[in-house]
Amino acid sequence: MSWETVIGLEIHVQLSTDSKLFSGGSTSFGAEPNTHVDLIDLGLPGVLPVANRGAFYKAIRFGLATNAEINLTSTFDRKNYFYPDLPKGYQITQMALPVIGKGSIKIEVDGEEKVINITRAHLEEDAGKSIHDLFEGETGVDLNRAGTPLLEIVSEPEISNAKEAVAYFKAIRQIVTFLDICDGNMAQGSMRCDVNVSLKKTGDDKLGTRAEIKNINSFKFIEKAINYEIGRQARILESGESVVQETRLYDSVKNETRSMRSKEEANDYRYFPCPDLLPVVISDDELNEIKNNLPELPNEKEKRYIEESNLDISEAKIIASSKTMANMFEEACAKTDDSKLIANWLVGDISALLNKDNIDLEESKLTSNNFAVLIERISDKTISGKIAKSVLEEIWESGGSVDEIIESKGLVQIQDESLIEEIALKIINGNPSQVEAYKDGKDKLFGFFVGQVMKETQGKANPQSVNEILKKLLS
Amino acid sequence: MSIQYKTINELSQMLKSRDISNKELIQETFNLIDANLHLNAFITLNKDASLLKAEELDKNLSLQPLSGIPIAQKDLFCTKDLRTTCGSNMLSNFIPPYSATVIENLENAGCVSVGKTNMDEFAMGSSNETSFYGNVQNPWGDKLVPGGSSGGSAAAVAAGIVPAASGTDTGGSIRQPASLCGISGLKPTYGRISRWGMIAFASSLDQAGPMARTAEDCALLLNQMCSHDLKDTTSLDETIPDFTENLDKPIKGLKIGLVKEFDLSQLDKEVVKVFEESKKQYETLGAEFIEISLPNISLSVPTYYVVAPAECSSNLSRFDGVKFGKRCDDPKDLEELYIKTRSEGFGDEVKRRILIGSYVLSAGFYDAYYKKAQQVRRLIKNDFDDAFKKVDVIMSPTTRGAAFEEGSKGDDPIQMYLEDLFTIPANLAGLPALSIPNGMVDGKPIGLQLIGNFLEENKLLRAAHNFQLSTDWHKKTPKRDIQS
Repeated sequence: MSWETVIGLEIHVQLSTDSKLFSGGSTSFGAEPNTHVDLIDLGLPGVLPVANRGAFYKAIRFGLATNAEINLTSTFDRKNYFYPDLPKGYQITQMALPVIGKGSIKIEVDGEEKVINITRAHLEEDAGKSIHDLFEGETGVDLNRAGTPLLEIVSEPEISNAKEAVAYFKAIRQIVTFLDICDGNMAQGSMRCDVNVSLKKTGDDKLGTRAEIKNINSFKFIEKAINYEIGRQARILESGESVVQETRLYDSVKNETRSMRSKEEANDYRYFPCPDLLPVVISDDELNEIKNNLPELPNEKEKRYIEESNLDISEAKIIASSKTMANMFEEACAKTDDSKLIANWLVGDISALLNKDNIDLEESKLTSNNFAVLIERISDKTISGKIAKSVLEEIWESGGSVDEIIESKGLVQIQDESLIEEIALKIINGNPSQVEAYKDGKDKLFGFFVGQVMKETQGKANPQSVNEILKKLLS
Repeated sequence: MSIQYKTINELSQMLKSRDISNKELIQETFNLIDANLHLNAFITLNKDASLLKAEELDKNLSLQPLSGIPIAQKDLFCTKDLRTTCGSNMLSNFIPPYSATVIENLENAGCVSVGKTNMDEFAMGSSNETSFYGNVQNPWGDKLVPGGSSGGSAAAVAAGIVPAASGTDTGGSIRQPASLCGISGLKPTYGRISRWGMIAFASSLDQAGPMARTAEDCALLLNQMCSHDLKDTTSLDETIPDFTENLDKPIKGLKIGLVKEFDLSQLDKEVVKVFEESKKQYETLGAEFIEISLPNISLSVPTYYVVAPAECSSNLSRFDGVKFGKRCDDPKDLEELYIKTRSEGFGDEVKRRILIGSYVLSAGFYDAYYKKAQQVRRLIKNDFDDAFKKVDVIMSPTTRGAAFEEGSKGDDPIQMYLEDLFTIPANLAGLPALSIPNGMVDGKPIGLQLIGNFLEENKLLRAAHNFQLSTDWHKKTPKRDIQS
């Protein structure tokens, strides 16, 4: 029997606001446990939430970028359950009336475009973290993350395989990073997703029973978890049994999913409207302000790069696909007016290094500023392209600044023989009478040529190379 | 000079004329507290800080409107560095790191918070019998309940210990004890007073308010308690008038509504007699009575007992033994930590309401109970809107009778819930309402309720003040009128 896979994703995007969704607590990552927690985050008796409008503005950016319905009036509900890292015993979320309604996004898999519809995107507060492995026999609770604003983006069940799911996740990540509403940092948990997978007989209208795989935070694991789950469900269905509706966890070490809780054990969240918060109403003026200041999206950048910077379509596509690379391109262009040179480096050497290490640009040690300086040094001929490659490799391995590397490694000296040869030829061609005299036996004139080359290179040329090259050229 | 039974205005005069120093006033207040320990009106006293503040006030003349006035704060308001129990074992060790907005407002106006008053646990009760810290005795008689949930506040004012106390009113918790203790109490329009720092029972119904010897004192207190607070999004961004303005102005022509659906024939004859006399009194003052209909009013109690428990079941989830408050000893796992902590920390009434609330919110029942209740609530609100097109205020008894004896309502919670029959509608509709003493039944005081339209506290207070200018019920005190 042949089976069709049906996948839906719920992606949790941590919004990059300075303060939390309902308090003034800081949202920055990596602080000492429980230091970014105020009275509200702690859920002390008597405290009340106040909605952070900045989070709404960011959510609306997402809505605009995905052609979604924007609900100018939206409400909050409480989702009740007990857990130590949930300080109030309920999570404030948008159940009944989310800020963002139906929208859609384009994905591309193996050169084929597909539209995935988005059911809704709603705001909610994140929980804290339970730490089980730090204290013998006890669980620690870190509430720094509690109250951080999340945008939960729910897709329609229109994704057909693991590749599409990854492409969809990447497309969402691309949009939220370009919109500057999330840093996209998956290692720090800025984006996580729950995956719903079910199988149905090919051609059937009715969806099969689904399993939900919770809290996956890498592209690789999304793909692996889905493929494992498809295999597991297919085996069950082939054997004539039925899939149980349940929540499962993906174990990346064993590469398998396992049951966390069944439908019967699921919490009854007892949703009801949060009586502490009035509906949040965004005015038309606020909406227009957001529209007018919407950051440029990848397709818009691509177009601009082709039209204004004379890039090829393929170059423009690669550079515009990543927020970090686009930033690098634009910063370097601002310093050095040679977009083709810049594009060559990004699409060529840098992309090759990324592929080799299988990382994203923001994970590398290369900063935008360093890249811009590197290009500048090539353009002002401080270093040749060949030397620039070695500087890039040095930065790739151990970071550091371009100028310091040039300085400390003595790269300022022109060791590039082809460049020296180029200069030597220019000198020789510019002084035919001296060349004739030298060739007639006036050996002393050799010093004249050396002097001219050194003068031309502001003394940076390697004298030994200059001697050898001149000797070769004049012989 | 005795300070017992003095009003805010009287004490302010004594302080201004230097008949008494701030420190003497506070010292004397603590003497009265000590002499009335049998009332069990206070859970925690704030003696050292109070005396210190009084000394400061003696040193630096203050022009604050309530400068030096001793006030008892309901133990439901968070007070920085001063234990706040909410009447529960769950918070027996809870010392808040911040103060409620209303506490700050009163203290910034010069009030001295002398202590935290006893109350029904988490404000759930109508007799102060659900407090973990024991029953409060009504100063009007042994074994009489003071009403609830602001029972300690009402008893402290009724016994003349303090001229003023803060209370909160979710379904009648200011007005019912005010009625049973013979004092004046006002529940303002929902949103008039910030809920920041009030430990939530039912967020959409909870409202703080003043309790005092007179309507005029309630107005003085209300002037200071109200503020538009950005920390509470349900706090109203409305002009706050001077609530003492025009209190003396005659009320000739005031239209008073009488609710057709309130069947007074079921009440004690004496209670009805007191109510009829008050009507006559208002007629003498020039008011006219108009019968109004609130067709859905009979649904108030069931509606309330769906909405309030639902919100409470969620609001009280934070008391889980993890972060603050009580934690049980040696739980074997997380599940047991929750179960034991909450079993030991909460009393029966609180548990009952959490269970009711969890039930009405659960999947499959939400539409039939919680959603339906909110729809009925809207109907009740609409009924009031229609009524206030015809009348200025609506009048009824505050309670079905005078103070009852401890334990007399037995084990039937429904009997206790019906205590709040007259008071609950104003909470559901978010309207201001007050209770003033209007007579005696069997030697015990009883109160009259006036409900006003949205934001019309002024009208209520003026009607009440006019009544008090022409009657003496608010001047009766337990000592003078029982023991003499």
